Amino acid sequence: MPTHLEARVTVPRDADGGLSGVALTEVSKAFGAVRALDGVTFRAAPREIVAVAGPSGCGKSTLLELVCGLLEPDAGAVVSDPAVLMPQRDGLLPWLSAQDNAGLALRVAGASKADARASAAEHFAAFGLTGFERSRPHELSGGMRQRVAFLRTLLAGKPVLCLDEPFGALDALTRMQMQQWLAGALAREPRTVLLVTHDVEEAVLLADRIVLLSPRPGRVLQTLEVELPRPRVRTDAAVQDLRERALNALGSVA
Amino acid sequence: MAAVVLALCVLGGWEALVRGGGVDALLLPAPSQVAESLWTDRALLGPDLAVTAWEVLAGLAAAIALGAALGVGMHVSRSLRRALRPLVIGSQAVPVPVIAPLFVLLLGFGLAPKVLMVALVCFFPVAINLYDGLRRVDPAARKLLRSFDATRWQTLRLLEAPAALPATFTGLKVAAAVSVIGAVFAEWAGSDSGLGHALLTANGQLETARAFAATLLLFLLAVCLYGLFALAERRVVTWAEQP
Repeated sequence: MPTHLEARVTVPRDADGGLSGVALTEVSKAFGAVRALDGVTFRAAPREIVAVAGPSGCGKSTLLELVCGLLEPDAGAVVSDPAVLMPQRDGLLPWLSAQDNAGLALRVAGASKADARASAAEHFAAFGLTGFERSRPHELSGGMRQRVAFLRTLLAGKPVLCLDEPFGALDALTRMQMQQWLAGALAREPRTVLLVTHDVEEAVLLADRIVLLSPRPGRVLQTLEVELPRPRVRTDAAVQDLRERALNALGSVA
Repeated sequence: MAAVVLALCVLGGWEALVRGGGVDALLLPAPSQVAESLWTDRALLGPDLAVTAWEVLAGLAAAIALGAALGVGMHVSRSLRRALRPLVIGSQAVPVPVIAPLFVLLLGFGLAPKVLMVALVCFFPVAINLYDGLRRVDPAARKLLRSFDATRWQTLRLLEAPAALPATFTGLKVAAAVSVIGAVFAEWAGSDSGLGHALLTANGQLETARAFAATLLLFLLAVCLYGLFALAERRVVTWAEQP
């Protein structure tokens, strides 16, 4: 089985308003004696949704931190348009209201408290959050918290979104609803997205391409193109088929 | 409710013990005698309470300013942290009864040595709890702000400072509880007023009931200060789950 299978490597660099997407070339990263990533290569074209799937502890979160510039690789090159992180478990600040959390990046960018709040609140209707502008995170449901966190990530205004297990903490039903919701939100507001998940089905439903990582140290096992029409339905035969292929690829090394 | 019942039981037993002749009333006055002294000596104790309360409040204010500056300074600057941490910790190892007379020698019989003493006792819990609170911020939230390209100052203002508030209030409540100790020791070292001074003179005159009354006032002062900070905490830290 090939370890590197890159179908769309030659994306024209300046096809999209000067954006170049994300490109990782032979990236390795270790923390002390623990090798998190070992020679990882893949790329995401502008406005492409790339899912990174693999078992727990295969360095998926490390990969996102490299793309966001929070870490430097030990070897290899990470080239990315400006990227913003949506950390695991939403990362909402408990003392801020929903609208202040959503507008946090705007405040960091220099907007006044009132301006950041107003800009964030404008989007609350589209995100199904009307009436919860002043609610604190602990007063919101899990799905609402994720939507606030996603709005906050969008409002950071960066071309690349790094989503780290965005629905990992949700119950199965809410996760299904949120996957549909995210697919819709990204269709309306296309961005380059790196979606880290351990849920292969989620990857198939949302992504244009799936990068499958091995257990630690994370290596690219296989890259799967998901050339299915949207919206995708989990019961669809093609979705199930691709899910099986991805699981088999992951299972063959376990 | 349980606290009230327990207090009544203790007071009742105490009263019975003294009235029954189990203990000499000169050594241990009955609660009723303490209450009586509190009332009859009110013209004496009232001004002393005002003096001590003023010392404690001024000392706490100084402790909060100093503790906040040290807590933030040690968090922000590694060299400041290395330079100050031994001194800050060592300052708490100096016995209060030893240092209090030195302050009086240096600063006289006025307000200054008392305020300084209270500040010395109280700045430590404020500084250390604030410092720990600033450090123990959710690492994911730090990454979030870094991915927003936040500056050091923005991270401090938007993330670390609010996150450190609950710990800081813990420090403030500890400081409130121990503040009166500093004031009393400073008064003992040299003073002509205050509850500590009243305690000394009452002891010297074998006015045990009055000494107990003064102690009761110190106790109430500490409880009130603690309550004030607890109240402020409830108003400010509205996001944490209240017990």
